[in-house]
Amino acid sequence: MMNYPPLQIAIASGKGGTGKTTLAVNLAFALEVPVRLLDCDVEEPNAHLYFYAGLKESVPVSVQVPEIDFALCQFCGDCSRFCRFNALAVGKKTALVFKELCHNCGGCKLVCPHQAIREVPWVIGKKEIVSQDSVELIQGCLDIGRVQASPLIRIIRKEASKDKLTLIDCPPGTTCPMIAAVEGSDYALLVTEPTPFGLNDLKLAVETLRVLKIPFGIILNRSQGKDSIIHSYCREEGINILMEIPDRRQIAEACSRGELAFCQDEEIRSQLRELLPTIMMQINFSMVSPEGVRP
Amino acid sequence: MNIKELVIISGKGGTGKTSLTAALAKLSGHCVLADCDVDAADLHLVTSPQREKEEPFMAGWEAVIDSQKCVGCGICQNLCRYGAVLNSTQTDTKSTVKFVIEKAFCEGCGVCVWGCPAEAIELKSKLSGQWFQSRTPYGPMIHARLGIASENSGKLVSQVRFLAKEIAQAEQYDLIITDGPPGIGCPVIASITGASHLLVVTEPTLSGAHDLERVLKLAAHFQLSVSVCINKWDLNPEQTGLIENQALNHKAKLAGRIPYDPVFSEAQVKGISVSEMDSIPVKEAVDHIWSHLKSYL
Repeated sequence: MMNYPPLQIAIASGKGGTGKTTLAVNLAFALEVPVRLLDCDVEEPNAHLYFYAGLKESVPVSVQVPEIDFALCQFCGDCSRFCRFNALAVGKKTALVFKELCHNCGGCKLVCPHQAIREVPWVIGKKEIVSQDSVELIQGCLDIGRVQASPLIRIIRKEASKDKLTLIDCPPGTTCPMIAAVEGSDYALLVTEPTPFGLNDLKLAVETLRVLKIPFGIILNRSQGKDSIIHSYCREEGINILMEIPDRRQIAEACSRGELAFCQDEEIRSQLRELLPTIMMQINFSMVSPEGVRP
Repeated sequence: MNIKELVIISGKGGTGKTSLTAALAKLSGHCVLADCDVDAADLHLVTSPQREKEEPFMAGWEAVIDSQKCVGCGICQNLCRYGAVLNSTQTDTKSTVKFVIEKAFCEGCGVCVWGCPAEAIELKSKLSGQWFQSRTPYGPMIHARLGIASENSGKLVSQVRFLAKEIAQAEQYDLIITDGPPGIGCPVIASITGASHLLVVTEPTLSGAHDLERVLKLAAHFQLSVSVCINKWDLNPEQTGLIENQALNHKAKLAGRIPYDPVFSEAQVKGISVSEMDSIPVKEAVDHIWSHLKSYL
């Protein structure tokens, strides 16, 4: 059995519903080596649906928010003037904390001249764990009505393994939550589909990864087999399409039943197993190429 | 005039929100469109908009370190909770290690500015994206693009909705159709608060069902009225039935079912909405959804 270095590989896309989770879970199981899978799509975590064992362990996750000690507070308002996120309001005889707006920067506590602010934990979601065969899943799940997706993702992201391969299932988009999830990865797989929406959102994701200086390759899902708009874009930009997964109703139906549809297909499965050696070659290559050096 | 706002969301991404938004706009014939999926806006690809206006979106702050003044003490790096203060690769003649701000991680809190003994850091207001006003065959459209690696998507969503309402009032439109983002977090909450009615587009998969559950709970949290429609329903008729029951249990209305049909991608290629394509089953399904929604608007 082959083992891989503790690389961190993010599975991302600009557009939602292109098959990130399907790819991440199928890849994790296809490799048949110990893998840690982090589900960082904390608003809608779905990777666990492929684990028949069900979620085993659940730990509340919190962020630090300010709490005012009214025995000490002089209502001077320094904290509220400092806070750029309007998370504190101070009146003549009262002070309020709006936890939803707090970015946990710690500034209010620093500036308070009366040491009247301390930080207390506030639960924003859960960390959940399940293992099956060689795959260990750690997922974040944001509590409903909470807006702190990125802080929760950063907490889950710290669970990347030091001694085995880590795959990171990222949220869609190209802004804070997606960046929190891909940041620190050695490589990113961008999953897309051959439609104008797929192409438009792929371009945004490519720009983002270039800003973050993370090397990446494309997985073309629901490929029609012919030369598509994604092929011509990748040719122009000199981006590798690492793998194409055919557009078959049979695959869509198997996915809808929660089956490991890619692993069921011998050809797709063997292509998934080829991905890791290809990625490792590309990362080595980028280590000697001056444009690709990671900071 | 009483302006109604229909917001289309999905929980799970890629279920067909944008395609359906464009088709409903076509059926309404007269509405303001708002694209609130500012992370990955696609509605402009299928509504043939003519751009009329383009404005910068300034939101939040970012710290900037003046390398001339930086004494290399590192206090800012210790204080920053976002890991946004990096060691600079440049040193001065005395080989002092200087610091720089990584824009992608800076949240603009100002803690580094407060802590810097050399007054070398200042906060600058940040260009976070752009918004656009365009004209489609059905009416005006407000859309936006958040800057690469930017934050404040919730604020940009609120801005798009505000502008859509403003133009609806000014030009006497009584309906706004809003294409929402995926998920249940900050930009989704910013998209749905105060909406007249929500349409949740889902698909008959385990993920679709799981995400629908969370999005319906979110809608209940904000006490919004909801209809659910199932795209690609025939991929798994059994799951479709389960999802419809699930929706009814949450007191959501059933807006209809759309069959699995390649016209969804073909319409994108042509840059038009699915209701302009010649697939009778899809057309009938979308007509049915529209007549259902009209009774709530």
